[in-house]
Order: sequence, then C-alpha cells, then structure tokens
Amino acid sequence: MAIRERLSGNEAVAYAIKQVNPDVMPAFPITPSTEIPQYVANYIANNEIDTEFIHVESEHSAMSATIGASAAGARAITATSSCGMALMWEELYVAASNRLPIVLALVNRALSGPININADHSDSMGARDSGWIQIYAESNQEVYDNFIQAFPIAEDKRVHLPVMVCQDGFITSHGVENILLADDAEVQKFVGEYTPEHYLLNASEKMAVGPYAVSNYYMETKRAQRQAMINARAVILEVAARFEQMTGRKYGFFEEYRMEDAEYAVVIIGSAAGTCKAAVDEIRSTGKKVGLIKIRVFRPFPEEEIAKALSKVKAIAIMDRSEMFAATSGPLGAEVRAALYQAKNCVEVVNYFYGLGGRDITISDFKTVYSNLETIADTHTITDMYEYIGLRKEQTEEV
Amino acid sequence: MKDTIEIRWHGRGGQGAKTAALLLADVAFKTGKYVQGFPEYGPERMGAPITAYNRISNNPITVHSNIYEPDYVVVVDESLLDSIDVTKGLSPKGAIIVNSIRSKEEIEEHLHGYTGAVYTVNAKEISIKALGKNYPNSPMLAATVAVSKVMEREEFLTEMKASFQHKFAKKPEVIEGNMMALELAFVQADKNGAQ
Repeated sequence: MAIRERLSGNEAVAYAIKQVNPDVMPAFPITPSTEIPQYVANYIANNEIDTEFIHVESEHSAMSATIGASAAGARAITATSSCGMALMWEELYVAASNRLPIVLALVNRALSGPININADHSDSMGARDSGWIQIYAESNQEVYDNFIQAFPIAEDKRVHLPVMVCQDGFITSHGVENILLADDAEVQKFVGEYTPEHYLLNASEKMAVGPYAVSNYYMETKRAQRQAMINARAVILEVAARFEQMTGRKYGFFEEYRMEDAEYAVVIIGSAAGTCKAAVDEIRSTGKKVGLIKIRVFRPFPEEEIAKALSKVKAIAIMDRSEMFAATSGPLGAEVRAALYQAKNCVEVVNYFYGLGGRDITISDFKTVYSNLETIADTHTITDMYEYIGLRKEQTEEV
Repeated sequence: MKDTIEIRWHGRGGQGAKTAALLLADVAFKTGKYVQGFPEYGPERMGAPITAYNRISNNPITVHSNIYEPDYVVVVDESLLDSIDVTKGLSPKGAIIVNSIRSKEEIEEHLHGYTGAVYTVNAKEISIKALGKNYPNSPMLAATVAVSKVMEREEFLTEMKASFQHKFAKKPEVIEGNMMALELAFVQADKNGAQ
C-alpha cells in the first residue's frame, strides 16, 4: 500500500536510502545535497538501518571509498552536488570503467564561477561522458522512484554500471511536495539482496580491480563499457515495467506530455518540465497543439525513440540548463539534433539555454517559447538558433 | 476558492519565515491538499531578507517556478517594507498580512498604493504573551490561515496540535503556549477584520 506523504526531494532520497539499507555510504557534505547524508546519518544513529557511514575528507575520497566498498562486494552509494562532483571527476571514470554498480544521489547545481549555489545541470552534463547511467527527475516523486529503480539497473549482470540519480538543486531538493512512498518490504523486495558476481573479498576468486591496461587492452574495455550502456536500454525498461507493477507509476526513457497530435514541442530535462506542462495546458485550452518531451534517461541516450516521438511536429525547442561552450548547441541540443539527423528529419529546431545558476523560468517564458516555434514554423525563418531565455537584456552581447 | 492558492512570505534569515511556509505546507497536506512549500535561496546569513512560497491546491501541482502573482503576502519583519516591494504582483483580490504593532492605516502608507485588503498582527506581543519569547512565525501562520481561509480553523488547530505533540514530545510543557499563540492570532486577525 502506498503511503501518502509530503517530503522534500532530499528527504525523499534519504527515505529511499533507508528503505534500501545499503551496505556502505561514504559522503562529504556539500550544499544542497548535504541533507541527504545528514538524514541517513540520523537513521544510522537511531539504529533504523545498519549502513556503514564513512566520514571522508573530500568528495574525491567519498567516491574513492565508494569505489573501494563496491569493489569489495558491498552495495555502496554516495551523494553530492556541483563542485563536490567536480572533485570526484577522476574517480567517476574509475567507477564506470571498473563496472561498479554504485548509485550516486546527485543534486544538480551550477559549477563555479561566479560562485553560485543554485539549480543548473552543469555538474552532471559535464560528467555525461564518464560512463555513468544518468536518470533525471521532474519532481520529488520521480527522484524517489528513480532512486529505487537505480539499484536493479546498476546491478543487472548485463549492465554493471554506476547510476547517477539527478534532481534539481533547491527546486526539488529543498521544496516540499506531496509524494507517494512504497512500503519498506515492497522496496526491499524490489531491489533484492545484492549478490555481486566478482568481488575483492571473495577469497575463492582472486582478482584485481583497477589495474594498468596497456594499449592492447584499453580499447576492448571501452567497447565493453559501450556494450553495457547499450544493454542498459532494455534493462531500464524492464525495471520500469516491474516498478509500474509495484506502484502503478509508469516510466520510460522520457515522458511524452500531450504529444499525440502536437505541432510544436519542447524537449527539456528536470523540474522545469512541470512548469512547461502548466504552459502546455494553458496553450492547449486556446486550441493550439503543443506538447512536451521530458528526458528521464540521458545516458544511455534514447536516440531512435526521441526521433520517433518528434517525427510529426513542425518545430522543436530543445532546452538546455547548462552550457557546453561549443558556441553552438548545449548538450541536450546536440544529442536531439543528432537523433533527428539520423532519422532524416529536417524539422525546424532551436536550442535555448535557460535556468543557468538557478535563474527562474516561468509559465510565461514557456508561452513565449511556443509562440516562437509557431512563428518559425509559419515563416521557415529562424532568427535566433541559440538563445538565452530570461537573460538581462542589457547584457546580451557584453563580453 | 481558486484552485491553487499562492502565498509569498517575506522575512529575515533566522525568523522562521521558511519554517512557517513549510509548516503551512505540512498542515495543508494533512487536511488532504496538494502542497508546495519552498524557500528562495540566496546567501544564507542571519538577518538577510529571505522569501519563501506556498502553493496549496485540490489538484496536483506541477509548476516549479517562484510565485510572482501571489494571492497573499505575509511579512514577518516589517522593517522589510521600506527595502522590498512586498506587494509586487499581489492580487488586489487577495491580502497582505504584516507583523506589526502599528495600525493598518500606518502600514498602508508603505504599500505603494496596494488596493487589496491589509491586515496587521502583533505577532511579537502574542508570542511573548503565549510563549514568553518572540517567535513570530506561529502567530503569523495562524493569521495567514484566518485571512486566506485555505483550511478550516478547527482543522488547522487539530493538525497543529498533533504536529506540536510530535515535535515537542520531549517538552510537552510548550505545547499549550504554542496553541495559545495560534488562538490569540485568530482573535487578533478577527478583530482586524479577517472573519
């Protein structure tokens, strides 16, 4: 039976951790994810779970210790954000290439500078090539649901990859919303007992983790990682189907909102999708056919599926909450356009940047985006292929 | 009642405006509503102006932006009236509730011609009378419920009592004072026209 609750996104993740009761959690506090290890430490202090909490001296050490624990055979997790994850950078690649099924609770936030503590996808988007599966959430409900699903995905023998479960800093991490929780026994049954196949503490199977690999092995390792990421596609959907049986909540690679007959579409990631949905509803009530695609799984990227979902629209706005300074696209923009190219779809596309460093985006902003799309489709003229939404006008071209 | 009621709180860091917004979300949740309670984060320091928000609805809420056109504004610290345009975007059909010893007429002079309803609550006096200390957020919370009518008063008091009993399980002696602060705020809000 679902439990009706109201929790912040951080509380929701901490609650999921309590229900999963992982073996080891090394963590170093950083705003705004600090509350997650703090709540878990409380659960441990109150004897509600028996997770081994390791206080480390930095995020580099947090990920290193998580890697060590996972390689030893433990179900290991950590939580971080922003510059904290930047400090884990080197180790992120180590976790993925050693095929360790670590789950990381990431609270998405801007990277410095200027120093900023607010929501932004720069941290995880920068790590998009590190070999981690990345799953994003619109709401507290979704981050809770994704966090539980992360374990069977990461630990599946066809995958064996770490999973980053992302939510927007402050907007969901510190915002209290209604949520439905599964009961403890259901969650425990869903994630199951972790039984690693190969692990360092297995005395009967001697092995090395993280050894040197010269040129004649390195490339095969990368190809194997690629295969794991390919395999993850099916596993993500299998786990989602099983999750739907448990909770009734349906998940895929992305959510299509009112896309059935949509002519104009926004493609977006994270909490702003909820605001965009409200804009879609308002615009739909005036008779215009608008829709939204909210990316849930960014790694592996659902190329064919996205192209199919966008095959009938007249114009698309791809919305990035991080820069990659290509002086062209943002990370989502580049991926979605590559998908459209593969599908030989020459639909009108713009790539907008929004919400950097926590800049708010409103229903009214999204209405402007849809209105731009209508103009673009009517005139077949794009004046601003790449545009910042909600920018202070006087500074647009200042260098 | 509109489907979604939007409330904006203005206070200073350390006064409990954020806590009050989260408490309101909490208690509205318990009466069966869909809720959001969230602060707007800037530099965290005692005394800095902070803003917190509530959305309360009978239907699921998906919007994740800040609130620019609130139905109600609550000012926990009246010294903000001269530095922040607290009525910005506030619906003239709604109301502003200010923690102040001053009269409604005196406060109105600082509200840039706001034409909606104005209420003052002397939360400091109420809090000191009920709790012996200045914790303005409980009286302000009750005044907000009285003015906005987002829930029935009895329902509010029942849920708050349960929540205090949980929160103060180890110091039950403060529960009565907290409940008294809420009730006194109702009385004062009514005296000032909220009924």
